[in-house]
Amino acid sequence: MAHAYTPGLKVLHETKIDKERRLPLKGTVTVEKGKFVTPDDIVAKTDLPGNVQMVNVANQLNIDADDVNDAMIAKEGTSVSKGEMIAETKGLFGLFKTNVTTPVDGTIEVISDTTGQVVIREAPIPVEIDAYMSGSIKSVIPEEGVVIESEGVFIQGIFGIGGESRGDLAVIVDNREDEITEEMLTSELEGKIIVGGSFISLKAYKKAIQLKVAGVVVGGFNYFDLEDILGYTLGVAITGSEDLVTSLIVTEGYGKIRMGTQTFDLLKEHHGKFASVNGATQIRAGVIRPEIVIPLTKDQLKGDHKDADASEGIQAGSLVRVIRAPFFGRMGKVIDLPSELRKMESETMVRVAIIEIDGKNVEIPRANLEMVETD
Amino acid sequence: MELKSILATDCGSTTTKAILIEKIDGEYRLSVRGEAPTTVEAPFEDVTKGVLNAVMEVEELAGRKLLDGDNIMTPRNGEEGVDIYISTSSAGGGLQMMVAGVVKGMTGESAERAALGAGSIVMDVLASNDGRKPHEKITRIRQLRPDMILLSGGIDGGTTKHVVELAEILAAANPKPRLGSDYKLPVIYAGNKNASNKIDETLGEITDLDLTENIRPVLEMENLKPSRDKIHDLFMEHVMQQAPGYKKLMSWTDAPIMPTPGAVGALIEMVAEKENISVVGVDIGGATTDIFSVFQKQFNRTVSANLGMSYSICNVLAESDLKNVLRWVPFDIDEKELTNRIGNKMIRPTTVPQSLEELVIEQAIAREALRLSFIQHKAFAVNLKGVQKERTISDAFEQTDSGESLVDMMELDLMVGSGGVLSHAPRREQSARMLIDSFLPEGITQLAVDSIFMMPQLGVMANIEKEELAEDARNAAIEVFEKDCLIRLGTCLAPVGNAKPGAIVLIVELTLPNGDIQKHEIKFGDIVRIEVPYEPIKAKLTPGKGMDIGAGKNESIETTIYGGVVGIILDGRGRPMGISTDPKQRISDLSKWSKAVNEYPELKV
Repeated sequence: MAHAYTPGLKVLHETKIDKERRLPLKGTVTVEKGKFVTPDDIVAKTDLPGNVQMVNVANQLNIDADDVNDAMIAKEGTSVSKGEMIAETKGLFGLFKTNVTTPVDGTIEVISDTTGQVVIREAPIPVEIDAYMSGSIKSVIPEEGVVIESEGVFIQGIFGIGGESRGDLAVIVDNREDEITEEMLTSELEGKIIVGGSFISLKAYKKAIQLKVAGVVVGGFNYFDLEDILGYTLGVAITGSEDLVTSLIVTEGYGKIRMGTQTFDLLKEHHGKFASVNGATQIRAGVIRPEIVIPLTKDQLKGDHKDADASEGIQAGSLVRVIRAPFFGRMGKVIDLPSELRKMESETMVRVAIIEIDGKNVEIPRANLEMVETD
Repeated sequence: MELKSILATDCGSTTTKAILIEKIDGEYRLSVRGEAPTTVEAPFEDVTKGVLNAVMEVEELAGRKLLDGDNIMTPRNGEEGVDIYISTSSAGGGLQMMVAGVVKGMTGESAERAALGAGSIVMDVLASNDGRKPHEKITRIRQLRPDMILLSGGIDGGTTKHVVELAEILAAANPKPRLGSDYKLPVIYAGNKNASNKIDETLGEITDLDLTENIRPVLEMENLKPSRDKIHDLFMEHVMQQAPGYKKLMSWTDAPIMPTPGAVGALIEMVAEKENISVVGVDIGGATTDIFSVFQKQFNRTVSANLGMSYSICNVLAESDLKNVLRWVPFDIDEKELTNRIGNKMIRPTTVPQSLEELVIEQAIAREALRLSFIQHKAFAVNLKGVQKERTISDAFEQTDSGESLVDMMELDLMVGSGGVLSHAPRREQSARMLIDSFLPEGITQLAVDSIFMMPQLGVMANIEKEELAEDARNAAIEVFEKDCLIRLGTCLAPVGNAKPGAIVLIVELTLPNGDIQKHEIKFGDIVRIEVPYEPIKAKLTPGKGMDIGAGKNESIETTIYGGVVGIILDGRGRPMGISTDPKQRISDLSKWSKAVNEYPELKV
């Protein structure tokens, strides 16, 4: 049977989820294999090298770089406190001395007799990594981090902003066509992950931030409104480091687009459960999509597993979503995958799929289809 | 050894492309090509898998054996295997470098030019006078994590203080390479030779330091080649070693693997030298746009890192402004809807335009991406700054005047476009229009596109250093470039100047090879297409009053020009070219120009 590979976003009822939690530099792993962790538990920690300040002692004392070593009171390796004198000229008969003080607390790392610069390194910066989701430690990467294993719901969005967040899931619309409006947002939603249907306006999203909502999951958002939130025009889709109280996860795309049925129904089914979300998106080689993870307990699992990594191609009968105009955002069923190239209205010659949308068969380039992977 | 068959691959970030070149009846021709997804990332994490898959496709199409299990068969044994196998690579994001120089506009710029010329992406240029405080520079170095750093500064015998200061900043940052944590970051020092010992003292232990000749031994001269060669060596020795599967790939190839843009640049440089012409080459991709040029025998390359047609399409919009994109769209469209559509292309980068309206919008954005990239290129491809007068480095600190751009559109002979939006446009007329509208060639300019983007493979082929192979490989590269790689679109004739609407700006008399004589006139504000194939045509070009077609105002020219798959395009829109700000007039003009070259099917909007 004809089949084709096409990118797809995962909407999985029940799957094994592995999450790697890795330090930016080598450090200490604080948990052992097999231990059960909750999202706030620290799993690894390290110290990043401290910031560096450079002080040009030769310039400040008006002496040659060669003479800097003689003028230094604090030698390489000594600890110094902010405001402490680190170098001083001999002066004239012990008078008219000039000196240099350190602008920060730190350690004298280097004294250069070529440039007259003194390098002062500040105290190390501690970094801790938490577990992000509840689960058990599947494996330990020595000195670097851990892999946490869990079972539950795993949903990918198409685009997001803001990093990791978590809270109880609250579906606040009745159906997937509905927008999240300002009126729906109340102080009770503080710390929750709210789910809407097709759209959230800039005003409503700003209100969610104001109310300290932990995250918003919604079908669409306006591209041009991002600038207002981020403070710059988003030129390339690499996000996740924004300092936002409320992470935003868009499941379908820019504009007003109703949320996919599978996604909406699944989120609705788990209304009230605790979820971890991450808005980080990277659309480049090594693509990262935003995600919603709802770990389930043993008694909540039904046992009909599907591996999160399994992705099959589309074939006749597959459920797909059209991801470019015309028919953008529509779902359909694959009827046929003809092998020969077809000419589109744009005269582009492409491989197509015949899709049934609302009872009608239409030709869509395979590149413009997204597999809806469900279990 | 006589080269009879050459296998070449280009491992891109998404696709690995393989071509087979064979000598048949005394001439080198592309015989078949194949491609397969690149396998640098999980679950494969071995680039050779993708190479083997692409070669397997070539094997099937060529109908002869090239692989022996998981090995490429070299040397050739009768009908089996190939004489040599070569490759380029840009997988894993290509070569990402940071460069440093004492004065931003001088050694900083020379270092940038060397790094770009070697095919790398320059993430940042550090300089003593870049306005950043030392701790800001240190933070920046740590954040970027480049694959390699090129440090330069000072003329030989000049002051050493500033360049050592830069080295101290690098040492304090103690940068870690992007790939792999178990090796030291390669740093190339190409500055004042008198500072070499101090640089070694400062950086020798914590980095993998390599010393080479000064990039700017005297103010009046740039010496980029030693640094460029060193970058290629270290790319092979360090960076490639860290990428999954490359050790194996390197053991297969008969010449060092080159970074893809480095190979393209080498080819363009060679073509310009051989034909003694000025060339502009452009490769517009999903994330970046590369521009290469050779003017006055000087090669330059720039990478506009965030101007591309998918991953960075929104950045084109941000940098050019929506109005500038819309001026190329011959219909009215809601601005908010348009930005959402472009945003959706960014987050779903692999989609293709199905409707004509989508295609027109995409090509409008391409015009702006190309235009902006070319502005950046013109600003960078300049004569050396700070020459003519004898100065010391400290004088040079105060010097702010910039060098003159080498790019002279009237001097330009050949423009080559490549990248999806240019190479795969449904009609070649669209590619020609995009090149003309965004680069605005002046006088007589030949246009071409690289049909299947094989310039990288040909570039590495032209640079094989093994003596016994070098000449044959170089000839093969040139022959295939001319016969199979380039699709000759035709020639653009664009008189420079302005005139009143309706005034005649150019009269063209053509004598075709069969003796037929044609006479054409073009009025100001019009475009005319003359359909003639790629063959030498004698032409007499007489510019209208106040216009210049290359010999000066009002001066006519007799020369030989070439047609092509599109033909000869007379562009009477003047230079500089203006587009009406009145929407009605703009739409009418755009539709008229489109129709003149048969750019689009009838647009129903």
